[in-house]
Amino acid sequence: MGKTLAEKLWDSHVVRSAPGEPDLIYIDMHLVHEVTSPQAFDGLRLAGRPVHRPDLTLATEDHNTPTDYTLPLIGTSSIKDEVSRTQIETLRRNCAEFGVRIYPMGDANQGIVHVIGPQLGITQPGMTIVCGDSHTSTHGAFGALAFGIGTSQVEHVLATQTLPLDRPKTMAVTVDGELPDGVTPKDVILAVIAKTGTGGGQGYMVEYRGSVFENMSMEGRMTVCNMSIEWGARAGMIAPDETTFAYLEGRDHAPQGEQWDAAVEYWKSLRTDDDAEFDAEVVLDAAELSPFVTWGTNPGQGAPLSASVPDPAAFEAESDRVAAEKALTYMGLSAGTPLKDVKVDTVFVGSCTNGRIEDLRAAADVLKGRKVADGVRLLVVPGSMKVRQQAEQEGLHEVFTAAGGEWRQAGCSMCLGMNPDQLTPGERSASTSNRNFEGRQGKGGRTHLVSPLVAAATAVRGTLSSPADL
Amino acid sequence: MEKFTVHTGTAVPLRRSNVDTDQIIPAVYLKRVTRTGFEDGLFSAWRTNEPEFVLNQSRYDGATILVAGPDFGTGSSREHAVWALLDYGFKVVISPRFADIFRGNSLKAGLLTVQLPEKIVQRLWDDIDESAQLQVTVDLQDREVRWAGEVHSFELDDYTRWRLLEGLDDIGLTLRNVDAVEQYETTRKPWLPTVSA
Repeated sequence: MGKTLAEKLWDSHVVRSAPGEPDLIYIDMHLVHEVTSPQAFDGLRLAGRPVHRPDLTLATEDHNTPTDYTLPLIGTSSIKDEVSRTQIETLRRNCAEFGVRIYPMGDANQGIVHVIGPQLGITQPGMTIVCGDSHTSTHGAFGALAFGIGTSQVEHVLATQTLPLDRPKTMAVTVDGELPDGVTPKDVILAVIAKTGTGGGQGYMVEYRGSVFENMSMEGRMTVCNMSIEWGARAGMIAPDETTFAYLEGRDHAPQGEQWDAAVEYWKSLRTDDDAEFDAEVVLDAAELSPFVTWGTNPGQGAPLSASVPDPAAFEAESDRVAAEKALTYMGLSAGTPLKDVKVDTVFVGSCTNGRIEDLRAAADVLKGRKVADGVRLLVVPGSMKVRQQAEQEGLHEVFTAAGGEWRQAGCSMCLGMNPDQLTPGERSASTSNRNFEGRQGKGGRTHLVSPLVAAATAVRGTLSSPADL
Repeated sequence: MEKFTVHTGTAVPLRRSNVDTDQIIPAVYLKRVTRTGFEDGLFSAWRTNEPEFVLNQSRYDGATILVAGPDFGTGSSREHAVWALLDYGFKVVISPRFADIFRGNSLKAGLLTVQLPEKIVQRLWDDIDESAQLQVTVDLQDREVRWAGEVHSFELDDYTRWRLLEGLDDIGLTLRNVDAVEQYETTRKPWLPTVSA
């Protein structure tokens, strides 16, 4: 029997396999940021262990960084929060001590860890990539096995460049057909999560297959793979193809010359064999998808934008009913309200889900020649300094500011309540990020997850909207 | 890591599903660079805003076993969630289903996560409701949870069980195989990216 893509990636990284023990898996690239690494470096120091492969380790600063500073930066004085500043300074000290490359705040290569890896050409097909961040699944868009780890595992990878892991099962998510107008990769993955629930992918390495993903850009594929964790999947991936190779060619760390040819030859073998079998499969019909938004407090609580806030009583399982009631109370919503009537205070375009150049172009396209609705705050935060630079070359920043939006420096920003970009209690956002958990964007904040197109249209109308409503 | 063999204590019923790690410990507590002292962040929003939240009820003081609804620990990979539970005094979390990363983190850090069927969890909730002093025993040796005449076995792979029983450091175990790691490194594709400090 043939192998799935996930099995090929797994098998090619087994350092050691013994009955009754987890496989020891080699890690090709370890991405590091300031939040989940200090205790890991500390562990190394206590045990007197070096970083085994500093050359396969890359650090950046993203979660704690403010996005409203001006360049050039002097030290870390622009970080007003003392504890945040300490965490950033600790990362810099740790990287210097252990010989790890870091792209600090203000550097031309700084950005959200999952945006800079692909952009530098460091994320390549066939690799294993880990990071102390659950959205590491993003890198699976290149046909890599990529997943988030905890701090104990960060320390383990720093010390050994390996991880002992049990092989997850495999699942296919197949979406064939043509996506209707206005339906983006974000809508596809939100629909998948609404169908499966937040635990549907538990224990699986997921491969997204079918014409919808084949026709998607690399940016779109990254958006899809990014949110694999939101339905519990261990990893998400898409087989590499000409789109992948074209994206990679010429990037800083991409192979060159003969190595490029050899690499492409190998990458072409990274496909699920025709006679391979998945342990599970989910199928969606592209033609039935539409712009999607969340109404609740987990990413599985979503519905088409054209629908109304659901009635908790309509849920079959008691746990779903209770969860929906609790979510509606927190969100300040009543069952039966059309989602398009929901007014928002803030629109956030950015994050490792939707902070890449294509996302900013999509938002700018809608906002061009239009104004943000009265009383609505629009925050546009590029995923990396390179994305920012590219957007400025294309004049996108002028579109955002002319519409009345704020144009910021790169970082995680309002995706999570760790830096100054936060919602206030009761404030409602339409956000292109990945999590609508209680308090995720700031204490008491209410989050609706949306695509960049819906975010931009919502900014203009002031209520949840798609470009077709303008 | 401390060895885990058998633990007996009282339990707290957390009758909620989909408890994500942002609820277990909000991001604002993740800025610290230390490894301990995260107990103040545990469920901080619920402890602050909900007077009736289980951890605000004095009858559950001193409990060491958290009994939660399905899909506990979803979302962010923050190991701080595990540390917060341990620092608060919990030794065991019981749930019908855990998110993968949380479960991995907890078993690395010595917090035992035990999966029991939803019906059994509900029965345990009801029994705790009747008596907050109910003594619950979690036996890793025999892979059983026992209370008031009830005995329920749970699954945990032999390797993880052995590691927890012995209190072994994962990194130390891997470093025993350093030769295999170095051997593997000679076979890596020549074009794979490297970065220089």
